[in-house]
Amino acid sequence: MGAHDEDSPAQGETGLDHRRPPPRPLGVGLPGPRAFALDQRRGSAYRSGKLMTEVRHATSAEASFRDELLARGLLIESGVPGLYGRGPAFERIRRGFDMLVTREAEADAAESLSFPPLLPRRHLEAIGYLSSFPHLAGTVFGFEGSEADAAVQAQRASRHEDWSETQRMTEVALVPAACYPVYPAVAARGPLEQDGIVVDAGGGWVFRHEPSEDPTRLQAFHQREIVRLGPPSAVLAWRDGWCERGLALLRGLGLDAERDTASDAFFGRGGRMLAADQQERQLKFELLVPITGEEPTAVASFNYHHEHFAEIFGLTLAGGGPVHTACLGFGQERVVLALLQAHGMDPAAWPAEVARELWAA
Amino acid sequence: MNDDPRPMIRSVLAERAGLPVDVDTLSDDADLFAAGMTSHASVNLMLALEDAFNLEFPDQMLTRGVFASISAIAAAIAELSATDAALPQDGGSR
Repeated sequence: MGAHDEDSPAQGETGLDHRRPPPRPLGVGLPGPRAFALDQRRGSAYRSGKLMTEVRHATSAEASFRDELLARGLLIESGVPGLYGRGPAFERIRRGFDMLVTREAEADAAESLSFPPLLPRRHLEAIGYLSSFPHLAGTVFGFEGSEADAAVQAQRASRHEDWSETQRMTEVALVPAACYPVYPAVAARGPLEQDGIVVDAGGGWVFRHEPSEDPTRLQAFHQREIVRLGPPSAVLAWRDGWCERGLALLRGLGLDAERDTASDAFFGRGGRMLAADQQERQLKFELLVPITGEEPTAVASFNYHHEHFAEIFGLTLAGGGPVHTACLGFGQERVVLALLQAHGMDPAAWPAEVARELWAA
Repeated sequence: MNDDPRPMIRSVLAERAGLPVDVDTLSDDADLFAAGMTSHASVNLMLALEDAFNLEFPDQMLTRGVFASISAIAAAIAELSATDAALPQDGGSR
């Protein structure tokens, strides 16, 4: 399987070797000597005239909802749009919902696997994420350079200037969808049994680079993902069945949830085609709940990938035949926000049947 | 302009659609997706057609159906060319 091949010869070098050679040139940009002395160089963000991505501003309803969440300590301000700490009351709701999904998933006899919020960059590349969502991806960069480079970097950082020039890509990227680590992990074990499997990836942290002042659009949040891998008909039936189960689960919490076909936020004009294709083929369903927007907000999605991940990672069935995959994801923070919006900001005053669903077991 | 766009479409297809079969074996009405074109390949095809024909598909044409066969693409290009011709670029008369 090609996805684990490594061609980097530098892996053996670790630690405090200050005399390691400078990073290899990328093969783009200006050859030869630097145009500017070390202390005059500027990073790419400076050259493009901005240090931060454009922030989507909140409507007045979104802003007042966010302000109340912060005032009550449900969310904790970080200074960066879409990045918040969670207070104890918020986390108690989120964990209660997580357990509710766990109980619902018991019928699936799912195998539980957990992954860190980072994945090998090669996997993100193999999945094609950079074609579909180049605007949302987050890659981890790390320092590479000499002591002099480090000094310049530290100086710029101390002034909160752009210090990206001394940073280079690492082998890891931030997980943008909690199901992504599942496919290569299952593929590495060899062929699947004939009916395939269900994997519960738990509630993992995911990252989306879309800074917004709307508290329902976070840069870092928990996605509760469950993945089905197996023969096509079983996978599709599982996806469609879970869509109904998810709808019942949300309505059982007193949420005014509806189901609709949906598409992902693909990038660019080509993305419009991918989105139309996804809609036409009913590859994605969402469960939508009113929160603060004029339109209801998606709090869960149910996605049928056909052979996409199976082909990329070499998933096979022991008895032959194609493997298809599907996943479901609950946006846990959005569910919490929907509950706060529906039942009020004080969970102690929520209806008894909602409290029972979340915390009784 | 009434040039038949199909030969050019076929040559763009051969280069950019990532088809696992020879384009010459496909009829004008053959389903390109059934022939193995992925949705991502259809995006590349769309962009390559825009370059080759020097046009821009409007949003409502960015659908699977428009790029599903050579004749569907030819119809879309003919429609866009007709729309262009209707624009008063040449003073409204010929």
